[in-house]
Amino acid sequence: MSFDYMPYMRENRLPHMWCPGCGIGVVVKSVIRSFEELGWEPKDIAFVSGIGCTSRAPGYLNVNTLHTTHGRAISFATGIKMHRPDKHVVVISGDGDATAIGGNHLIHAARRNIDITVIVNNNNIYGMTGGQYSPTTPLGAKAATAPYGNLEPSFDLAKLLIGAGASYVARGHVGNGRQLAKFIKDGFAHKGFSFIEVVSNCHTQFGRRNKMADPMNMVKWISDRAVPAKKFDEMTEVEQEKHFPVGVLHHDQSRPEYTETYEKLISKLRAEVSA
Amino acid sequence: MSAKAESTHKMKFWPGNVVIAEAAAAAGCNFFAGYPITPSSEIAAHLAAILPKKGGHFIQMEDEIAAMGAVIGASLAGAKALTATSGPGLSLKLENLGFGYIVEAPCVVVNVMRGGPSTGLPTHPAQADIMQARWGTHGDHPTIALVPAFHSEMFLETIRAFNLAEQLRMPVLLLIDEVLGHLSDGMIPPEPGSYEIINRTLADGPPEEYKPYDDSKGDVPPFLPYFAGAQWHTTGLNHDETGFPTTNPELVTRHMQRMMRKVTGNRELIDKIDYFMTEDAEVGIIAFGSTARAAMVAVKKAREKGIKAGLLRPLTIWPFPNRQVKEFADQVKALVVPEFNLGQIVYEVERSIRRDIPIKRVNKVGGVPINPGEILAGIEEVA
Amino acid sequence: MSAPVETVSVSEKTGHKIRILEEYCKGCTICVEVCPTDVLKMEPIGTRWQGSVVVTVDADACIACMLCELQCPDFAIIIDRGEKKKKPAPVSEEAAR
Repeated sequence: MSFDYMPYMRENRLPHMWCPGCGIGVVVKSVIRSFEELGWEPKDIAFVSGIGCTSRAPGYLNVNTLHTTHGRAISFATGIKMHRPDKHVVVISGDGDATAIGGNHLIHAARRNIDITVIVNNNNIYGMTGGQYSPTTPLGAKAATAPYGNLEPSFDLAKLLIGAGASYVARGHVGNGRQLAKFIKDGFAHKGFSFIEVVSNCHTQFGRRNKMADPMNMVKWISDRAVPAKKFDEMTEVEQEKHFPVGVLHHDQSRPEYTETYEKLISKLRAEVSA
Repeated sequence: MSAKAESTHKMKFWPGNVVIAEAAAAAGCNFFAGYPITPSSEIAAHLAAILPKKGGHFIQMEDEIAAMGAVIGASLAGAKALTATSGPGLSLKLENLGFGYIVEAPCVVVNVMRGGPSTGLPTHPAQADIMQARWGTHGDHPTIALVPAFHSEMFLETIRAFNLAEQLRMPVLLLIDEVLGHLSDGMIPPEPGSYEIINRTLADGPPEEYKPYDDSKGDVPPFLPYFAGAQWHTTGLNHDETGFPTTNPELVTRHMQRMMRKVTGNRELIDKIDYFMTEDAEVGIIAFGSTARAAMVAVKKAREKGIKAGLLRPLTIWPFPNRQVKEFADQVKALVVPEFNLGQIVYEVERSIRRDIPIKRVNKVGGVPINPGEILAGIEEVA
Repeated sequence: MSAPVETVSVSEKTGHKIRILEEYCKGCTICVEVCPTDVLKMEPIGTRWQGSVVVTVDADACIACMLCELQCPDFAIIIDRGEKKKKPAPVSEEAAR
């Protein structure tokens, strides 16, 4: 008995365009496993992305796919979800796309608590355009536009999204695909805005400039730094700087979901009109 | 106003912005996404109130760019979608507007023009976004922009904007200005059924075989919304009939030319002009929108003074009515082009007429509209 | 487009099948590195990607931990978990009578 990815794949478009060993492939497979486990039909899923390597993912999936402008996927997804609140709307994006140019849309979708799931493949770099630093590139790391080391502190995306009001926030990584699939599945199932940060490897652009050109080396670097959230909290500050917490970091089922609130308004007003 | 009172008062006293909002709803608009910007915000506020009563969806997005994105997303999911803004907002929307052109998403974008550039004059009118409407977004793309001048016209032209968007599968712009948007005027909304509502042509055949940009049946590809079983893809990258990206020069050329032909090949459908006292005109005025209202008064005053003036008033400003303007120019001995900017459509006029006759420009900025006297002075100068 | 060719190796002991779709393999070596029981190896192939693709060298060592499949970004390796060989069911009293 084996898992069949192909009902959710546009198989005629494989092999995909990502570098050998790229973490995005692992994320895509985790997404598919989650779709299957939840019993979501391909025709009921919309998969929206912006621009970048990660944003190429929807093109490979046999669902309703929309490849939009840089940073704006969430706004298109919001329009789709508002018009069809009965359908499943998922956004996949890279760290540059989602948190630099797309930052505004990210925090507002979280604030609204609209029932879409945003997966950010955080490989700490702008991969497709040649390795420029992003809002999540670690301080001091080398990048195409940081030849002397990145001078900018980086976002803690999970904290950012919790602060913005996201009702489900999880962080996984590409070194543990099974765990990642669980976080993604729970995010999909959660009614409200779900955010999953996936710490991922771009060994071609980030790794190569930072002594991790081999994919497995970079995946190991990620796995070694990943610790369960509880364990992270017990670490010293010095240890914390070298690790990151993994897990479901926030899950609040009490917040009203935006499209549900709007549909209730519609029902109420229509009842008044016909009365 | 109670339902009973509404039915006995057919005459409405609405500002132009409300006319547009009501017309959108009458056209079947069921999705609005926008962002507050003077002098367009009344469109959003009115639709916020009436759309949910009809089962439609309204959302105020976090910025203009997001509003344009939401409109296109909803359109591809099957909605009749509208957004409304002013100059600075259209500047922000331009990238996503181009996306709307290349993915061929039907939608309507209203620009209630105000003084510019930049923040300009938020509460004063201008007509200075005409070239932006045509060329603002990068790359080659077709443009349809309508420029109504009267309240009843704003109603019917809003419906026409939706119809064109649906028929030709593209964004359509509706350009008015702050005066038209905020001026309240009496009008009786046309009865439902007295105007045509056109919806996008849906694809037939099995959804699994759907090609979102199938050009085998004509220049406008039949449409299937998301979630209809087709699982189709589209992208802002140049793409082929399947919606997947391509860099093949032949396929890209084919797609781009078809996009342009949707407009160039449908001029009879899109063009619309109002001719006012032009049959025997010797001095031709070309004006649109609120400036045209002043021009009409100027034409009458000129006639009183014995000058045979006539007005060609485009209701569709893009595609520019080159042929009609040339025909008009062939008839007259001089043209007067009043526009509430420092010169935009006059360049299209010059390009169209290919004749060396005087073209008197009447230009104005500063937020106070051109008045009939200023246009009359121009007419007298070339008469 | 036809489905890609699969090379299937079966563990006699457990019935686990290691299915390799060579066309999709980009030679990243992650599967070989994560496998805890040395089932896989990279085979030089000259003209492809990084110059090698994965092959199964010891199917019997496979414990169906699924790490290779979970960590392969390219859909190039699928594990078909075999049914464990069952002991014959005890004969029921009724059947024995």
